[in-house]
Amino acid sequence: MSIIAFLLAGTLAAALPLLLAALGEMVVEKTGLLNLGIEGMMAIGAAVAFILVFQTGSHSLGFAGGAVAGLVLSMVFAFLVITLKVNEVAAGLALSVLGLGLSALFGKSFESLTVSGLPRLGLPGLSQIPLVGPTLLTQDILVWLAIPFTVALGYVLTRTKPGLVIQAVGENASVARSIGYNVAAIRFAAVGFGGAMAGLGGAYASTVYTPLWADGMIAGRGWIALALVVFGTWKTGRIAFGALLFGVLSLGELMAQATGVNLPSQLLTSLPYVVTILMLVVISRRKGPLAA
Amino acid sequence: MTGMPALLSMHGVSKRYGKVQANAEIDLTVEAGSIHAVLGENGAGKSTLMKLIYGVETPDAGQIAWNGTPVVLNSPGEAQKLGIGMVFQHFSLFETLSVVQNVSLLVPGTRAELSARIRELGATFGLSVDPDAMVHTLSVGERQRVEIIRCLLLEPKLLILDEPTSVLPPQSVALLFETLRSLQAKGMAILFISHKLGEVRELCDTATILRAGRVTARVDPRDHDKSELARMMIGREIPKISADTTHRVAEDRLVLNHLSLPSQTRFGTTLHDISLSVKSGQIVGIAGISGNGQAELAAAISGEVPVADAGAITLMGKPAGRLSAGARRRLGFAFIPEERLGRGAVPRMSLADNTLLTAHGTGLVRRGFIRRAAERALTGRVIEEFDVRTAGPDVEAGNLSGGNLQKFMLGREIMLAPKVMLVAQPTWGVDIGAATAIRRRLLSMRDQGTAILVISEELEELFEICDLLHVLHAGHLSGPRDPHVTTAAQIGTLMTGASEGDAA
Amino acid sequence: MRYRLVARERASRPMMLAAPFIALGLTCLASLILFAALGKPAGAALHALLLRPFLSWYSFTEVLLKMAPLLIIAQGLAIGFRANVFNIGAEGQFIIGAICASALPVWYPMGGVPFMWPLMVVMGALGGMAYALVAAGLRTRFGASEILVTLMMSLIAIQILNYLLLGPWKDPMGFNFPQSVMFPRDAILPTLFAGARTNVSLYFALVASALAWVMMRHHFQGYQLQVGGMAPRAATYAGFDKRRAVWISLALGGIAAGIAGASEVAGPMGQLQRSVSSGYGYAAIIVAYVGGLNPIGIVASSFLISVVYIGGDAATVSAGLPVAATQVFQGMLLVFYLICLTFIRYRIEQVPGVAVRA
Repeated sequence: MSIIAFLLAGTLAAALPLLLAALGEMVVEKTGLLNLGIEGMMAIGAAVAFILVFQTGSHSLGFAGGAVAGLVLSMVFAFLVITLKVNEVAAGLALSVLGLGLSALFGKSFESLTVSGLPRLGLPGLSQIPLVGPTLLTQDILVWLAIPFTVALGYVLTRTKPGLVIQAVGENASVARSIGYNVAAIRFAAVGFGGAMAGLGGAYASTVYTPLWADGMIAGRGWIALALVVFGTWKTGRIAFGALLFGVLSLGELMAQATGVNLPSQLLTSLPYVVTILMLVVISRRKGPLAA
Repeated sequence: MTGMPALLSMHGVSKRYGKVQANAEIDLTVEAGSIHAVLGENGAGKSTLMKLIYGVETPDAGQIAWNGTPVVLNSPGEAQKLGIGMVFQHFSLFETLSVVQNVSLLVPGTRAELSARIRELGATFGLSVDPDAMVHTLSVGERQRVEIIRCLLLEPKLLILDEPTSVLPPQSVALLFETLRSLQAKGMAILFISHKLGEVRELCDTATILRAGRVTARVDPRDHDKSELARMMIGREIPKISADTTHRVAEDRLVLNHLSLPSQTRFGTTLHDISLSVKSGQIVGIAGISGNGQAELAAAISGEVPVADAGAITLMGKPAGRLSAGARRRLGFAFIPEERLGRGAVPRMSLADNTLLTAHGTGLVRRGFIRRAAERALTGRVIEEFDVRTAGPDVEAGNLSGGNLQKFMLGREIMLAPKVMLVAQPTWGVDIGAATAIRRRLLSMRDQGTAILVISEELEELFEICDLLHVLHAGHLSGPRDPHVTTAAQIGTLMTGASEGDAA
Repeated sequence: MRYRLVARERASRPMMLAAPFIALGLTCLASLILFAALGKPAGAALHALLLRPFLSWYSFTEVLLKMAPLLIIAQGLAIGFRANVFNIGAEGQFIIGAICASALPVWYPMGGVPFMWPLMVVMGALGGMAYALVAAGLRTRFGASEILVTLMMSLIAIQILNYLLLGPWKDPMGFNFPQSVMFPRDAILPTLFAGARTNVSLYFALVASALAWVMMRHHFQGYQLQVGGMAPRAATYAGFDKRRAVWISLALGGIAAGIAGASEVAGPMGQLQRSVSSGYGYAAIIVAYVGGLNPIGIVASSFLISVVYIGGDAATVSAGLPVAATQVFQGMLLVFYLICLTFIRYRIEQVPGVAVRA
């Protein structure tokens, strides 16, 4: 397989963990919170899912377990920040550290073991197309499911009552409370959704994308997901685009070889972070600099 | 009495926040088809009572009955289901959403249905508003209409309005009253929260009067004159301030010269070509309803938002537009903002540390180090001289009542012996006793030669203490008027944005 | 029966002092349960984590060695946190500090540069500061969130480190390992006790703690930062410069992290390695919070976290716990501490039932 073909085949899968976690975090941020615990939630999701798949061979069980693990950790965050009114930066970092630690603890005896990934399914009829057919258009089931899911999430957030409620809570929580909405419950739900999505993203990374367990395998994907939400300016379509872009960049070394450019791979690995900083500058600029 | 149970009845309802007994053994009965006033001064417990009725808070003791049936209201949603609607003093609308979206957050129905019903209700009750308009583009009066319409769409049997006239110019108040009377004619009960005696006498058929969290009387307000009602409300006569009108006016201390400032926030007001001057020994008032550029003007004068044109603001004859807030203070400027907690004072810091906030230039800091003894001594003097009721300089600012904190801040700023002082809403949320003391202080400062600019929503207050009056509307400032030869109605006309000629 | 949080009239002092101890107790309890559930000897693990470091002089000196970087970074960060400037990229500033300090011995591997190790510490401080100030510039100039910028820059710093160690700075005699040359003697910090690795960086950290205490308690600049953190609009009202607060906060955090990074390569490491940090920048955030963002509290919390680090190493041997147990312990400690923190400001009150008369 040529390197271009490899990129075509691999980008979507590389993007998926980022996409799932970022979409979840986007909903959290839309209700007016910032969850810096995503990295930990992805890690614990990855570890739990890997163990379940390794022990039972069932990927469905793995995904469910990963999502639940992320959800459980996110509920700790929600309890701290929403119920106890704790500083969200501190709480988020605490959970990142805790999640990373727990994932390493649970995964200790599975270090460097592998599981089988998911079968890749071609689109009927289209998979015959040369080059893109067997690569871009042949993906595993989760990639195929993620596409309609992203579209549906975008629809719900922009066109439906629940989306309106989320926007309202994010704009002014005290007003939402005064007209009778249970803001705490809505935020708990959003944080839970975000945690489950992060866990699912982690599960995909450890049981399908890699698929092996190594301590630290999430490798900053949670932080990138946070960056992606900013990059995508809280819009599903742009976040999906950003995930693809970051997915390609994560295949940086391959890309360098493919294009014949002789760049240090570290530069390519750094690109998503640099792009995110630039993006932060651009979107913040519109809001204006910090007044004295 | 007909033997029918009252629509709403409360017996022995109490609510305590920390040490403060906000409501004590309240009895309140509202009949269907009545416009019932809850009258009391700031801090008497009116807002708490409304929150209990609307389910925002739950009472510590006592019963609430709806149509004779005891009910427990744990959330506004439950109150809404019974048929209770509420229009808040500080509106509960979302700025980034349209009118119909705001309505749809509370009222079921499709967008088209709701738009049609909004138009229909608007026509029936004189509440016209465009359903597709974004809320942040609406005037305060229009927002209030949206709030009322949103309540009416839920077909309430009881409508609560919390100080609804405080945000309206006099002319719009008449319109609102017409709307309320036509709602009453349809059999709706209205609970009208106010501290304005004239309005209550004009509109309401029953009044329950609160003082310090307790019911002091239940009367037909039309049977009593203003001073009787006031006695029931504050327990004594309203103190009068006799202003000395013969003080000397000398040089310009604060001059605004064609000040324009684009809006700093997404939904803020742009200031257009504002000119005024405040001389030593003079109090100049700026009337108008909040949201017309008051916050922006105060921030521009204080230096919290610097102005590009240095000459647009002069302090003590020096161009100050580009100076920082700190530099303006060093020229002799002092400021008391309307938000006391979080802006004028740090809630979680002690009073002593709050003194340091603006008084650091008076020898409280030496070579960068804070002189704690001096800080405490000055704070002690402020507490004593300005009658701040508190245990001492170590109490956190957040624990003071609104009136006491205002006295503390006023004292702190006066201790700086300012040449120019800007005061925004000096008696907002302050009881009448403290309000009188604050106005007296402002007058005596003026008599000692301080130039004072007062931004206030309270017309009566401005007429009482000001030597000159301007009106701020939609970012434009009217020319100065002499309050001794101007009527409240003329000022009211300017507050609605009518041109100078109309008001004359 | 429902409960709710009610704000206290003032922060509870007893609770403030008790909070870290309650949190530590709860963390021990939760660790016992967790380790037991994982089939590890829980009692032995906890014993190793918390007591082993005190059982020998050497391991105690190792605790002090670990404490130095955590303490100095946490002091730097806490100042910013109290001003609502969230520098969470100390990890990156630490790495850049380590790199800048390493430049000198990498270029002069034979040593002989006058004041070599002090110069390295200064270079580390400047490097860490410069790296942090990028975030300050982007925040004050464009309003870009320093939380995300410092975070991203940490990830970039790791790549810069990798690049140097795999490329230009790789020790030619190092069997292709990603590490620099071993530093010469005069590029190494003096140690404090014979036979132990504890070095003068502990003094740096203690001096920094004293300075932080003076600044936050008695200096007007510290007061201004705290006003900005507690009530940003009050700081604007008083005329305190917000931008200055951002610059100062990030500069102090960067200097502290840079010094720590320099001390690490010029101390126990003796060369620049990929594993130079082992997460000090993140652990220091935990140290700062568990210390209540208070300079004295941070001295105590940095000691505690260092004990757990050294104890964690012991536990891998004696109780078969993975190194990650330390991280779990830290994470839980912060979570429990944050829970306790709430009760400094709030108390629980039962929501009274409303009596309904029949």
